[in-house]
Amino acid sequence: MSEGREVIHSRIWEEVAAPDNPFVAAACYCSGYDVYGDLLGKASWIEYLYLLLKQERPSPKEARLLEGLAVAIANPGPRDHSIRAAMCAGVGGSTSASSLMAALAVGAGQLNGAHEVASAMASWQECGRNLMAWQERLQHPPQEERADVWLPLEHPPGFDPHGASCAMPVQQTLAFLAKNSPGEALSWLQTHRPELETAANCPLAMTGVAAAAMSDLDFNIQQGEMLYLLLRLPGAAAHALEQQVYGWRRYPFFRNGLELSDEPQG
Amino acid sequence: MQGPKYLFKNEDHWVTNMGAWFPGERVVFRGKDLFQELKDLPWMGLLLYGITGRIPNGKQIRLFEGIWTLCSSYPDPRLWNNRVAALAGTTRSTAALALSAGNAVSEASIYGRRPDIRAIDFLFRIKGQLEAGAEIEELVRKELKKYKIIPGYGRPITRKDERIEPLLSLAEELNFSHGPYVKLTFTIEEILLQGRWRLYMNIAALAAALAADQGLSPHEYYHYLVLCFSGGILPCYLDAVRKPEGTFFPLSCDRIQYEGERRRVW
Repeated sequence: MSEGREVIHSRIWEEVAAPDNPFVAAACYCSGYDVYGDLLGKASWIEYLYLLLKQERPSPKEARLLEGLAVAIANPGPRDHSIRAAMCAGVGGSTSASSLMAALAVGAGQLNGAHEVASAMASWQECGRNLMAWQERLQHPPQEERADVWLPLEHPPGFDPHGASCAMPVQQTLAFLAKNSPGEALSWLQTHRPELETAANCPLAMTGVAAAAMSDLDFNIQQGEMLYLLLRLPGAAAHALEQQVYGWRRYPFFRNGLELSDEPQG
Repeated sequence: MQGPKYLFKNEDHWVTNMGAWFPGERVVFRGKDLFQELKDLPWMGLLLYGITGRIPNGKQIRLFEGIWTLCSSYPDPRLWNNRVAALAGTTRSTAALALSAGNAVSEASIYGRRPDIRAIDFLFRIKGQLEAGAEIEELVRKELKKYKIIPGYGRPITRKDERIEPLLSLAEELNFSHGPYVKLTFTIEEILLQGRWRLYMNIAALAAALAADQGLSPHEYYHYLVLCFSGGILPCYLDAVRKPEGTFFPLSCDRIQYEGERRRVW
């Protein structure tokens, strides 16, 4: 450890202290832009989000793609596992933060979650727009020999293991994003969806579309995973608040849903 | 494509041998009546039974509790996970949020749950290969070449791990210090101390070996450890709560060392 005052290094944020208090900022610069003196009122929320992650302004097309993705995944609806987690917090009267933490924890996973998006983005990095490489990877997914806190994948990332055919919202999102993308991944995905679904033996899921969009936006895997977690929180918040008002008596308990297979013998 | 057949099968239907609550009456916990058959089990015993389905004996409970007491709970708010709790305390967030976030953060790559599961997994993998006739020095060399590290060996900041001696003496007291996995960890340390490696064993290897000798699988071991830092996390929260708000290691504006783009206009 070095002597003297340790500092936080940042390529994102710079502050100028107020003359009367070094613990208060008089000006804040994000990647060189004066946030409160210039950027506020000019940059949209989506442009600012892009700037925060990439330290550059998005082109109009990039901003439009990110905006489209953000709207598409903002609310997966109350049947989604992550939203249900948030509603369980809301309906029990838990703290607001715990609603979002529950949504993050459940929505982080490998079924329809952020880690699935990360794995699907790894497929894009590995296979690019090479159909044969995709088919090989979908049919023979790489196996990690070491144990990890993440369990081994149980289905091809980006595809829905319980799907019968590609869901209409997924198709609509893919069509819109492909039309508005500065990159090639989304339109390639749209063209080759049938072959990829055959190789995966299940239909494309929203996670697969999101991963392609993140690739077209040139986000790295960690940025894509973070964004997927972040952008799904609005729906979690809205549904948690809604169920809090309805109350637990009107929320499913699965009263007759449990079948105990191991009764005490003694 | 399998389609939604498993979803149809499980709608309002969850078969479990883990347990159930019979309101106002009784609780079944993994096939046993909680109030009758498990009432004398210490909480560590119940935790291990919940994870493994096997009721540990008194000596095992002492060992697993001893690992938590001696090796996991350092109430030092500079440590990343503890710092999260202290930050929650200084902002007057709740204790549960502080602990949940602190434990979630403990699932780290450079300390905590990831090295833990990797350490026990390495011991199992190497033992399996040794039994198949491989040569130990070669296995260690190959692992280091492939992954650059061996979890449980080498430690940043200090070479000596102060926890090894107290845990080893507890294991000796319980007669658990001569199991095959404990022996294996010391053999690996001998190899790693040779040549240019000079890697000493750290606590992750010894604790993993003791758990492996007691028959825990890598994932059972990881599950057992999920809450283990809690004992050190909570005091860091409490300490910050008892001091004036916002005073935990405050940072003045000039502690951000900016390294990004030059000032510009949006």
